[in-house]
Amino acid sequence: MIIARILGTVVSTQKDERLLGKKLLIVRPINVDGSDTTGYVVAVDTVGAGFHERVLVVAGSSARLAQGMKDVPVDAAIVGVIDTIDVQN
Amino acid sequence: MQLARVIGTVVATVKNDSLHGRKLLVVQTLDRNLESSGKPMVAVDAVGAGVGELVFWCRGKEASFPFKREDTPTDCTIVGIVDSEDHVRR
Repeated sequence: MIIARILGTVVSTQKDERLLGKKLLIVRPINVDGSDTTGYVVAVDTVGAGFHERVLVVAGSSARLAQGMKDVPVDAAIVGVIDTIDVQN
Repeated sequence: MQLARVIGTVVATVKNDSLHGRKLLVVQTLDRNLESSGKPMVAVDAVGAGVGELVFWCRGKEASFPFKREDTPTDCTIVGIVDSEDHVRR
């Protein structure tokens, strides 16, 4: 899983019908110290995460194992909202 | 599978139901000389690893196999602890 911060939302009307009702968010991968990296991913939210929150993102086919994602065409899903990260030097 | 060093922990209260009770650890991936390479990732612990330990981890859908494989959303799972760094032939 990667750590990411939520940057924004995506609105899409014309999409695969299995994606109907799913919240799509733009997330940017971040470092463990909270600093930004480059790039972004569009991920489906399965936990009710909000703007600017740090989240756990599962990528690849494992994203389909998240709640309500069975047989849904996704390759990135938000599966947790991070409270704290504790890293030892 | 790849070698990694456990460097920290992650606490997440709101998460997928099937991740409840699972330990989330920050792992730094290592190259064959046990030097850091690449960005740290968050892994689910399947073996009881702790901070500072040398472990190996599994990526992709196979990462969910140690748990209920049809509904545990993880793409990075610690599946073993290396007994000693001397056991890693360099």
